[in-house]
Amino acid sequence: MIEIKNLKTSVEEKKILNGLNLKINKGEVHAIMGPNGSGKSTLSYALSGKEGYDVTGEILFKNRNLLELNTEERAQSGIFLAFQYPIEIPGVFTNNFLRTSLNSIRKSKNQKELNAIDFLKLVKEKSKSLKISQEMLSRPLNVGFSGGEKKRNEILQMALIEPEFVIMDETDSGLDIDALKIVSNGVNALRNSERSFLIITHYQRLLNYIKPDFVHVLSNGKIVESGDWKLALDLENNGYGKYLN
Amino acid sequence: MSKSEDLIKKYQEKSEYSHGFVTDIETIDVPKGLNEKTIKFISNQKKEPEWMLKWRLKAFERLQKIKEPDWQKPKYPKIDYQDLYYYSAPKSLKDQPKTLDDIDPEIKKTYDKLGIPLEEQKRLSGVAVDAVFDSVSVATTFKDQLKKIGVIFCSISEAIKEHPELVKKYLGSVIPITDHYFATLNSAVFTDGSFVYIPPGVRCPMELSTYFRINASNTGQFERTLIIADQGSYVSYLEGCTAPMRDENQLHAANVELIALDNAEIKYSTVQNWYPGDKDGKGGIYNFVTKRGLCKGKNSKISWTQVETGSAITWKYPSCILQGDNSMGEFYSVAITNNFQKADTGTKMIHLGKNTKSKIISKGISAGNADNTYRGLVSIHSKAKGAKNFTQCDSLLVGNKCGAHTIPYIENKNSSSDVEHEATTSKISDDQLFYCRQRGLNQEESVSLIVNGFCKEVLQQLPMEFAVEAQKLVGISLEGSVG
Repeated sequence: MIEIKNLKTSVEEKKILNGLNLKINKGEVHAIMGPNGSGKSTLSYALSGKEGYDVTGEILFKNRNLLELNTEERAQSGIFLAFQYPIEIPGVFTNNFLRTSLNSIRKSKNQKELNAIDFLKLVKEKSKSLKISQEMLSRPLNVGFSGGEKKRNEILQMALIEPEFVIMDETDSGLDIDALKIVSNGVNALRNSERSFLIITHYQRLLNYIKPDFVHVLSNGKIVESGDWKLALDLENNGYGKYLN
Repeated sequence: MSKSEDLIKKYQEKSEYSHGFVTDIETIDVPKGLNEKTIKFISNQKKEPEWMLKWRLKAFERLQKIKEPDWQKPKYPKIDYQDLYYYSAPKSLKDQPKTLDDIDPEIKKTYDKLGIPLEEQKRLSGVAVDAVFDSVSVATTFKDQLKKIGVIFCSISEAIKEHPELVKKYLGSVIPITDHYFATLNSAVFTDGSFVYIPPGVRCPMELSTYFRINASNTGQFERTLIIADQGSYVSYLEGCTAPMRDENQLHAANVELIALDNAEIKYSTVQNWYPGDKDGKGGIYNFVTKRGLCKGKNSKISWTQVETGSAITWKYPSCILQGDNSMGEFYSVAITNNFQKADTGTKMIHLGKNTKSKIISKGISAGNADNTYRGLVSIHSKAKGAKNFTQCDSLLVGNKCGAHTIPYIENKNSSSDVEHEATTSKISDDQLFYCRQRGLNQEESVSLIVNGFCKEVLQQLPMEFAVEAQKLVGISLEGSVG
């Protein structure tokens, strides 16, 4: 599905990722854990194509090097980033945003754009299990949303777009137990043999709900250890101390 | 060609002004220059009655004694008024067309290109159009249907001849010929525009619309519009404007007067898309316009909505004089400036009557090297007991070379009144753009979505037929402004 080779990034001369290698196959869920400042969020931006980073190396996705594509081209080819801090856009109704986004992606795949009626039907169906009300969708995008509402809205977008590769950047931050369960159920419902996930988190807690196939430790811009989900338990008990120098 | 160069070229081609073509027709022009001869020529061409010519000459006399104002923020090179043409009309219109079929096919084609339905068959659009080409009105649609319910919708030239009692009574009653330089200039040399009269108790069943087109070069366009809503009537009126792309600046100095009598309501919307000049700031229209509404009767209401995306310089303050008790004035504005465009715009709300209310919502968007000023006056006079005003001015900056300014003036002479002013300035953030693009929207779609969200409160005031157009226009005006 996706293969990251010798990925290096820097912002204004400051090196962040330092030769990262990672291969994720179809249907796999990988978790990346690591201390503050290890480069976790930078990895999500390098994959999704945020501007302002110098990136070298190679990210192969469906036989193309993602580094040659801009942000929207990557999104259209099937990359989805669930934001740690979803962005507020005043005056733009959530429903309208979701539909514009979905139709941009459908258009890029030469699929028919959805009209308002078909879209509302679809969004109603998808929002039900995430406990998202129609009232919430008629508010401006993320404006005044609670932490839980923002994250559920990210999962709803994922469910609508049906991307092939999902990056979740600290989705568990700012969630209470109930919201964490709803969000995790939403993610688990989307797991299948064709879709892969990269879950970035500080804590093992989220991984109790979304069980990963592999866990990697990121430190100083490199993956320093890999294992199965038990590695997460080990980290929870012993901390990141042994990886820091 | 590299990928980025390719992209830049694509942007430029896309953002090019799509109404910038010139129609090649034979015209009748008055010789250059501002003098009595020119004024007499205009009046004569229009076969005006004597009283109208006298009115014009009085304005011209006044003009000799006053100076062009220069307090506005956007400065411009001195205009040589003697080097301008004041009248240009398509030759084929000399003997006014009797029906739409008599209109010069070239002009018809122009309006087709612009998407303005001159053909009355296009009944479905539900909009009556008065089309003004340079100095003359070339067609007014749906006139007969409107006449049946007593609504008069025609060119001002025709109204001067056909309805002199209404014109004499109201022309210059809101904007006196002594008002200020450009208003006085307009009174002397105005060429054409629309006239609307809605009789008592009539709710005008369709949108009335005027479409202004500057075609001739080196020509000033001096539009004059007069709208009267008699007691208990209602009308919604919309004007649209375009001009060819030319390297020199062209002057458009219009006067628009609205009068609402007891319990009447006028809704006046503008979508202004005059040629803004090229991306280096060369050429474009000087849009120096005086628009003023008089809420003359009690419980009357005048609402201005403007979407200003064109012109090199926009300088106008559509205003309301709230004379009748309980009357209400509203001003909703979106002003977008990109590249080297400049705008100094806002409103004046003059509260004279008791319990008068006004509301001002202004959204200024500045991109490129542009400069955008909101300037507004809220004046509460001593007899305006219980007057209320609410003002909100928001500015949005795109990029870091543009400017936004808010200059509110508040004069309050009545202690029982209530005046509120709110202002914000914000920037489209990189994070907002990244978020939209991560969800599959390209750069331009993202900017358009964010800006439309910012302007939503104003755009939703537009008649539905035009709201979608305006939304698109907002996107197009800002193309190439980011990245």
